[in-house]
Amino acid sequence: MTAKTLYDKLWDAHVVREEEGGTALLYIDRHLVHEVTSPQAFEGLRLAGRDLWRKSSILAVPDHNVPTTQQHRGNGTQGIDDPVAKIQVETLNKNCEDFKVEEFLMDDIRQGIVHVIGPEQGATLPGMTVVCGDSHTSTHGAFGALAHGIGTSEVEHVMATQCLIQSKMKNMLVSVDGQVQAGVTAKDIVLAIIGEVGTAGGTGYAIEFAGQAISDLSIEGRMTVCNMAIEAGARAGMIAVDQTTIDYIKGRPYAPTGEMWDKAVAAWQDLVSDDGAKFDAVVRLDATKIEPQVTWGTSPEMVLPISAVVPNPADESDAVKSKGIQDALDYMGLKAGEPIDAIKIDKVFIGSCTNSRIEDMRQAASVVKGKKIADNIALAMVVPGSGLVKQQAEKEGLDKIFTDAGFEWREPGCSMCLAMNADRLASGERCASTSNRNFEGRQGQGGRTHLVSPAMAAAAAIHGHFTDIRNLATEV
Amino acid sequence: MEKFTVHKGLVVPLDRSNVDTDAIIPKQYLKSVKKSGFGPTLFDDWRYKIAGEPGMDHSTRELQDDFVLNKPQYQGGSILLARENFGCGSSREHAVWALTDYGFRAIIAPSYADIFFNNSFKNGLLPIILSEQIVDKLFAEIESTEAYELTVDLEKQTVQTPSGEIYPFEVDAFKKHCMLNGLDDIGLTLQHADAIKAYEEKRKQEAPWLFAS
Ligand code: SF4
Repeated sequence: MTAKTLYDKLWDAHVVREEEGGTALLYIDRHLVHEVTSPQAFEGLRLAGRDLWRKSSILAVPDHNVPTTQQHRGNGTQGIDDPVAKIQVETLNKNCEDFKVEEFLMDDIRQGIVHVIGPEQGATLPGMTVVCGDSHTSTHGAFGALAHGIGTSEVEHVMATQCLIQSKMKNMLVSVDGQVQAGVTAKDIVLAIIGEVGTAGGTGYAIEFAGQAISDLSIEGRMTVCNMAIEAGARAGMIAVDQTTIDYIKGRPYAPTGEMWDKAVAAWQDLVSDDGAKFDAVVRLDATKIEPQVTWGTSPEMVLPISAVVPNPADESDAVKSKGIQDALDYMGLKAGEPIDAIKIDKVFIGSCTNSRIEDMRQAASVVKGKKIADNIALAMVVPGSGLVKQQAEKEGLDKIFTDAGFEWREPGCSMCLAMNADRLASGERCASTSNRNFEGRQGQGGRTHLVSPAMAAAAAIHGHFTDIRNLATEV
Repeated sequence: MEKFTVHKGLVVPLDRSNVDTDAIIPKQYLKSVKKSGFGPTLFDDWRYKIAGEPGMDHSTRELQDDFVLNKPQYQGGSILLARENFGCGSSREHAVWALTDYGFRAIIAPSYADIFFNNSFKNGLLPIILSEQIVDKLFAEIESTEAYELTVDLEKQTVQTPSGEIYPFEVDAFKKHCMLNGLDDIGLTLQHADAIKAYEEKRKQEAPWLFAS
């Protein structure tokens, strides 16, 4: 038997039929649905007179444009001020009702960001194929699943057929060897990887993250890493199953139980790349050398360690790249040579499907505890990834730590990650954000985003600028 | 889906790499529950002086004169020329709907982000990959030629320049077939309903927990 990668195994187990020219019909086990990319798909089904192939595979939740302030929540969709956003959430509700799909409504405690709630509910399991009309579906690969984002036509295709027409991707191994230093988090690891691979380096690949620094991570940390695989251009990122994975899933509402659990766990043991499996590309990073990271530009690959200075376009010999650096500096309002840790910020956003899980809340709270946000911070907000994360954090008193320090403690949703709801940056405002994209205008037109870890975002709120969190006495 | 066979059209040069889908169609327009009407807000942040909102009359908004789509010589363009990693970022198919609604039928770039690339084919928008050198050359020729048009022939897999030069491109056989014939791929897949059912039966034996809920 030839040695297989984890991706090869997941792929092989889901091929329904091979088409000519290398494409295949791939069976989809779990389909997550939200309000932004599904209305046109449901409409397409209606127009063609088609029904869902397997309703039980679908779990729906509104997250992208739900409001996150208390006063706008409760009583269903009544609190949504924006009439267009309201229609979209109501459309999802109606579609789920009409097609008999399970949905966590806005005021359900289980509501939250689609990539947070799937794993939290045990709806994402090892060995599954998971899709969602959202590019950060790669998050679910943290469980040894094949998970990737799809477009709305594909959402409709999966709804109607339970399959996706796919060509097999190539295999890339990203191995982060050794142990990270204290204060260096999953977010720093993945930003360092993107800095190395580039935003298009993973295009056409499924990435498997491995190495000691990855297996040392909790499931939350692994989700942070896989979440950003797409920022390296890879539709899917994944991590082999181990005891950490299995311990996390056990007892979750949608997870198997009893005899079925034992069978599943036995099968999941095989969800690792075989010794000697062949990867088309291999990237290695030395974990001990990774510092806390901060993006300085308008693409996630424009990232540097906290000890660095803002790059100089004149140092880049390639004319196109040099112009790219200059454009980014102009947009970001930064000067070449400025130390990263001197960059002052206006707003802080802790949340998004990258960093809004309980562990992220804990990391940020440990930095904030007993302190106050700096005078130059106009707004610092924490948006938990789900109602259950929020509940747990409140049980641990984390909300109190944040609000005492001057942070706002919000209701779950995507919030300022893409600023579809009322949470957004004004033009020229600079934000330390734990989200995953620093594109121009992503957090509001003219807004300037620096991607960082929750600990770094918290520290930036306290100090008013970025700082080397390894020097803080706190345990993060 | 609209068929794509041969298309001759005016080329619009967008000299940028890593054009992301947030830039192609900003998020405020994603609240729509329709597939149409995105054309006027294609490249909204670059195209207009002040950010727009859904529902407004875009024809009265002040234009950013130096943005390529606003230049008089590129009005009516239907082929977009861009640099590498076009369509990166969010999976929003709205980006493709905005391009087609505006009137684009094909894009030429050295590379694309995966999800965008797939989405394009589903909507009759042909994403053509040509090498960086050729793309460079096309940018230069557009600079120096008025009303620069290219002819894209999907059947032959070629792009022809006004001077008669012919550049071949690769395209996946299945995608090509669907696009040439304007086929609905859900319909095609459902022809294999028996194979899907057989697969499900087999999987229920092997991994019953996947079918529990
Ligand atoms: S949190 Fe941000 S990246 Fe994640 S699903 Fe929501 S909008 Fe997308």
